Amino acid sequence: MNVTYTKPLPVVDSLTKQYWENARSHRLSVQRCRDCGDRHFPPCDVCPKCLSDDQDWEVVSGRGTLLSWVRFHRAYWDGYRGELPYDVCLVKLDEGPLVLSNFSGNAPENARMGMPLRAVFDDVTEQVSLVRFAPE
Amino acid sequence: MNDIKSLKNRIAVVGVGNTRYGSFPDVSDYGLGAQAFKAAIADCGLDKNQIDGLVCCRVPYYARMGEVLGLNPAWTIALPGHGRMSGMSIIEAMLALETGAAKYVALIYTNIGRSRRMSYGGEDSASIWDPWGFTSPGAAHALMFRMHMERYGTTTRQLAEVSVAIRGNAMLNPDAVMKKPITIDDHEAARRIVEPLGLLDYCLVNDGAVCMIMTTADRARDLAKPPVLISGFGARDGFERSSISNFDADFWFSEVREAGTQAFQMAGVGHDDVDAFMCYDNFSPTVLFSLEGLGYCERGESGAFVEGGTLGVHGRLPTNTDGGHLSNSYMQGWALNIEAVRQLRGECGARQVPDCEVVHYVAATPCTRSIIYTKG
Repeated sequence: MNVTYTKPLPVVDSLTKQYWENARSHRLSVQRCRDCGDRHFPPCDVCPKCLSDDQDWEVVSGRGTLLSWVRFHRAYWDGYRGELPYDVCLVKLDEGPLVLSNFSGNAPENARMGMPLRAVFDDVTEQVSLVRFAPE
Repeated sequence: MNDIKSLKNRIAVVGVGNTRYGSFPDVSDYGLGAQAFKAAIADCGLDKNQIDGLVCCRVPYYARMGEVLGLNPAWTIALPGHGRMSGMSIIEAMLALETGAAKYVALIYTNIGRSRRMSYGGEDSASIWDPWGFTSPGAAHALMFRMHMERYGTTTRQLAEVSVAIRGNAMLNPDAVMKKPITIDDHEAARRIVEPLGLLDYCLVNDGAVCMIMTTADRARDLAKPPVLISGFGARDGFERSSISNFDADFWFSEVREAGTQAFQMAGVGHDDVDAFMCYDNFSPTVLFSLEGLGYCERGESGAFVEGGTLGVHGRLPTNTDGGHLSNSYMQGWALNIEAVRQLRGECGARQVPDCEVVHYVAATPCTRSIIYTKG
């Protein structure tokens, strides 16, 4: 835990509050429509498939596959200046939605599209835990 | 219901103008817009008071732009400063002219992003992905290009062909911002920004303004220069998968294919008829995605297609003959559209494509627009 965490922190609002609470207890979740079952992330005010207001959060398996990854050599926020370069990966969750995240630790040397990954959580502040992904 | 294809050759571009491109911290958006407007008005020979339609794109306040130019149009729209808005604006102006909402439309685009030191990422464009450090349109294109590499074996040296050819074109354009020659090795050695992309894969960030004047083909006959006709256009938005800005896991393939097919069919031309290609090149991979989506090459083969100078003014498919966003100017599609007009008029000097009769514009984005211009 780092009391001087200087990287961007989530803006928690009514739509994302449950996601971040689940993350705090190390559970990855996506929004699910109770009417048509559509799963999506980021959350939407109504279900994009059927426009239902009746949506909830579903804890998912945390398993997914690597779709893409990039390495930032530029710091768009001051908090990243000391950490260049850093990696961001794009993961397709087994349940469907795509999420951007980071590798847990260094990027795997054998990274390739389709590589199986699993979610791990990093407690970056006392309130916020971020999901990251490690090779399965 | 009218068939949209009935608009073929009914609307013309009659005037084009632009400012110099560079860094102009002492000129406002409106000052730049006025320079481009005056140039376009002079180009077509209209009295400015004949302008009764106004499109403002990235202009901070349309009413101030109208005040500065002394205009009271019958029809005005304002669009944000996104690259996709240029093609959208031109199509909107066509519809206004066809319906009679306006007779002469001035489309004005201004950009002082360089003087304002916009970074196009981080706090300039907050998103839900910020906590993981993901930001910027360039990073979205880096993600897509990595997928193209993984799926098709495309290499960064093939990607370099896009930047090198377009820089070569800029070297023939005295007004282009970047005219220093570059090689494939320079592209590979350039500073990485978001890997797999480096500095020479990114568009410039510079100040400037562009103005186009459009009217109906009938009215166009009385003006100073031969009209350039809009023979076809196509459109398809892809918002359903917008959760990562400027990213699509399928490179907007189906949207580009649909918009392109509609434009080709409406204009009654095919790929082999196209003399010059104006391709939205915010980042070099967008050119590869556009070529495949439009069917200039097969899916996955754009890397091989661009090898050997295909996109140069003297290549098989002259592309972004002014130097595009990568080397001429970051005018978010607008400079490419006036270059299309100038090519068809034969005004392009050293970079002129011989016997240029058909020019194809495309912006592969979440709002894909494709426009085919022909000689009037």
